[in-house]
Amino acid sequence: MPTKIEKDAISGRETTGHEWDGLQELDTPAPKWWLYTFIACIIFAVVYMALFPAIPYGRDYTRGLLNMSSRVAVDDDVKALEAQRAVFMDKIKTTPIEQVKDDPQLLAVATAAGRIAFANNCQPCHGAGGAGRTGYPSLADDTWLWGGTLADIQQTITHGIRSGDDKARGSAMPGFGINSLLNAAQIDAVADYVWGAFYGHAVAGQDLSKGQAVFAENCAVCHGANGEGGRTVGAPPLKSAIHLYGDARETIVAQVTNPRLGVMPAWEKKTNTTGLDEATIKSVAIYVHALGGGE
Amino acid sequence: MEKMVRTVVADEGKVSHPALFAAPLTVYPKAVNGPARMFKWAVLVLCLAVYYLLPWLRWDRGPGRVSQAVLLDLPHRRFYLFNLELWPQDIYVLAGVLILSAVGLFLVTSLAGRVWCGYACPQTVWTDLFMWIERRVEGDRNEHMRRDKGPLTAGKVWRKVIKHTIWFAIAFWTGGAFIMYFVDAPTFTLQFWLGQAATEAYVFTFLFTATTYLLAGWAREQVCTFMCPWPRFQASMLDEQSLIVTYQGWRGEPRGHRKVDAGKPNGAVATAGLGNCIDCLACVHVCPTGIDIRDGVQLECINCGLCVDACNEMMVKTHQPKWLITWDTLAGQKAKAEGRHVPFRFFRPRTLIYAGAMTVGIAVLVTAMATRAQIDLAVQHDRAPLFVKLRDGSIRNGYTVKISNKTQAAAEFVLALRGLDAGAMELADRSGAPASSLVLPVDADNIGTFRVLAFGRPDAAADGSQKIDFVLRNTTTGEQTRYTSVFMGPGAGGS
Repeated sequence: MPTKIEKDAISGRETTGHEWDGLQELDTPAPKWWLYTFIACIIFAVVYMALFPAIPYGRDYTRGLLNMSSRVAVDDDVKALEAQRAVFMDKIKTTPIEQVKDDPQLLAVATAAGRIAFANNCQPCHGAGGAGRTGYPSLADDTWLWGGTLADIQQTITHGIRSGDDKARGSAMPGFGINSLLNAAQIDAVADYVWGAFYGHAVAGQDLSKGQAVFAENCAVCHGANGEGGRTVGAPPLKSAIHLYGDARETIVAQVTNPRLGVMPAWEKKTNTTGLDEATIKSVAIYVHALGGGE
Repeated sequence: MEKMVRTVVADEGKVSHPALFAAPLTVYPKAVNGPARMFKWAVLVLCLAVYYLLPWLRWDRGPGRVSQAVLLDLPHRRFYLFNLELWPQDIYVLAGVLILSAVGLFLVTSLAGRVWCGYACPQTVWTDLFMWIERRVEGDRNEHMRRDKGPLTAGKVWRKVIKHTIWFAIAFWTGGAFIMYFVDAPTFTLQFWLGQAATEAYVFTFLFTATTYLLAGWAREQVCTFMCPWPRFQASMLDEQSLIVTYQGWRGEPRGHRKVDAGKPNGAVATAGLGNCIDCLACVHVCPTGIDIRDGVQLECINCGLCVDACNEMMVKTHQPKWLITWDTLAGQKAKAEGRHVPFRFFRPRTLIYAGAMTVGIAVLVTAMATRAQIDLAVQHDRAPLFVKLRDGSIRNGYTVKISNKTQAAAEFVLALRGLDAGAMELADRSGAPASSLVLPVDADNIGTFRVLAFGRPDAAADGSQKIDFVLRNTTTGEQTRYTSVFMGPGAGGS
C-alpha cells in the first residue's frame, strides 16, 4: 500500500510510493483524455451489444434491439440484384436470340448468366468449357450432332435429346447385332470399312468392298454415303477425327452391335422447382455458341 | 480528539493514492519572432499552399483525357502525377517512393534531429496554423490566459465562437481538399454543393474535417507525446553527433534573475556567480509542447527552435551573447563545456549508410521509370478445355490475350505466333479468317482483351505440350514485346 507521495530528488517527479530493495518507480500518469476515451469505448461497446447481435447462448443468440441480421441483409441484396437483372433477363426473353447477340449489352449479360447456368447445370456431363468426354459431346469443337446455330442449340437445351419431351430430339440407331439384323461377320466387315475408310486406319491391299456394301445398305441412309453424318436424325459424322464413343475399332463394333443412345434432359421450366427459364436457356445457348464451335 | 480524527481522514484522502491520470495541461504558446519562426512560417505556407491548391492545377494531356495535374483515379486504376501516369502494375513506384521517404527521414533525423517534427509534419503545420488563429482571436499568451481564468463574459464567448468557427472552416477546407486528390476538383466542388457527390465523398470529407479540427485544435502536442510512434523510435536515428535544439547549460548555469546593482552606474546588473540564463522562462512560454528545453533532450521536444528565437531576444535585451539555446550536437556541447571545440561530423557510418541507401534507391527507381515499357502483353491459356480436336484432326487451343497500350494514342497491334508449325490464329468471335498474324486495335491508355483461337496440325504438341511465343508489335511506335505460352494437344500417346 502506498502511504505517502514522495518526490524524486533528481527528476522532481512524484513516485508511485512503491519501493523494491531501494528502487522506486516514478509516477508517469497517462493523460485524463485517455481515460475518457477508454470510458467512451466501453459505453460504445455496451450500446453496440444492446443494438446488435452479441452474445451466443445454446442454439440462439441475443438479437439486439435493431434486429439486424446479415443473413436477411444478404437476402435483400440478392433480391435487389435479381430485380436489377430482371430488366435485362426480360429483355433477353422477348428478344429473338440472333438479335440478343447483336446487342452488346444484352450479349454481355447473357454470356455472364449463361456461364453460371452452364457451370451449375451442364458442366457435370459436358465438362468445364464444354470440353466433353466419351459419350458426352464436346461443345467447343466443330462437330454438332443436331446443329450448332443459336436456334439449334436453344432447341436442344429446351427439349433435350431422347428426354421424353414431346419436342425432344430423338432417333434410335438400330441394334444391328442384338436384333440380328447383321451377323458377326457383317459387323466385322463394316467395322473394318469404317475403321479404314473413315477413321483413317486403312491398310494397303485390304479389301473393304464387303464392308462398304454392308455400310451402303444399312448405315449410309443416316450417316451419309461418305460418312458425313446426318443432322436431321442426329447421326454423327463418321469421316471425322472426333468420335463420340472413343477412337478404338472395338467401339465401332460395340456401337453397331448394341448402340448406346445418349440422353440429354429437357431443361425447359415445367414446374417451379425444375428446369431453366427461357431467358436463362437463351443465355446458355449464347454461351455455348461462343465456346468455339458455334455456327 | 475530534481534531485528530479529521486530520487522519484528510490525510488518507490526500496522500494515500498518487494520481493515476494527469489533468490536462493547457499550453498557451506565446508569439515569437526570429529566424526559426520565419523558417517555420515559410514551410507552413509552402506546405499548405501545395496541399490546398495542387488539385486545382490543370495539366494538358490531350483532348478527352484527364486534365488534373495530380489525380489518384482509383475507379479507373490510374495515378496521374504531371507527366507521369502510373498503372496498377507500377505500384512498386509507390512502394519505392515510400521507402525513399522513410530513408530520407532517417538521414535528415540523424543529421539535424527532428526537423520533420518541428517544421513539416502535418500535425505541426496545422497545429501552428490553429495556434496562430487562436492568438489573433483570443490574444497572445497573457491576454488569453487572463481571459480563460476570468469570468464568462460576452467578449470571451464571442471570441471562442469565432475561433472555433474559423477552425472548423479550415478543417472543412482541409477535409474537402483531401478528396480532391481522388476526383476532378472543379467537378467535385460543384457536385459537392449541389448534393450530387458520392456518399463516400461526404463521409470522408466529414471524417477529415473532424480529425483536423480535433487533432489540430484540441489534441495538439498530445498527439506528439502520446499517439505518435515516431518520437519513440527516432531515438535510434539520433546519436551524439546529431544536431538538436539544446540549452547550453555550461554557459547558462547557474541561472538566476539579475538584480540592479546600486553601486554601479547605468543600471548595470550584478552577475557575480551567475550564468547567462536569466531564468525569464521565455523559452518555456513560446514552446508549443509546453516543456522546458533547459531540462535537456526530451521526448516531447519537436525541435522547432522557437525557444532559440525567444532566448536570443532576451539575450540581446540583457546585452549578453546570443545563442544560449542553439542547435548543437551532444558531443559539441560536451566539448564546449570542457573549453574545446569539435567540428560537426557530416560523414558518419550512419549518415553514409542512409545516404547510400537513398542513392541506390533513387537510381533504381529512376531507371525503372525511364525504361518502363509502353506496351504489355499477357496471354492466358484456356484451362478448360486445354485443347479441342477438330473434325479434320487439327488441334485448337484458346487463349485470352490482354494488350496494354500505355501510350497516349490509339494504336493497332500486330499479334504473331512463333514456334507452331503451320500455326494460324483467329478471333473467337470469327470476325476474320484464320491467319498467321492478327491486327488488333487498342484505345489510348487502355487494355484490350481478346479471345484468340490458335490452330495447329494434328501432330502438334507431340509431347502433349509445346512452348510457343506470341509476339506483339505496336504498329505506330514499333515497340515490341513477346510472351511465352504453351500449345497443348493429346500428344503422341493419345489418340
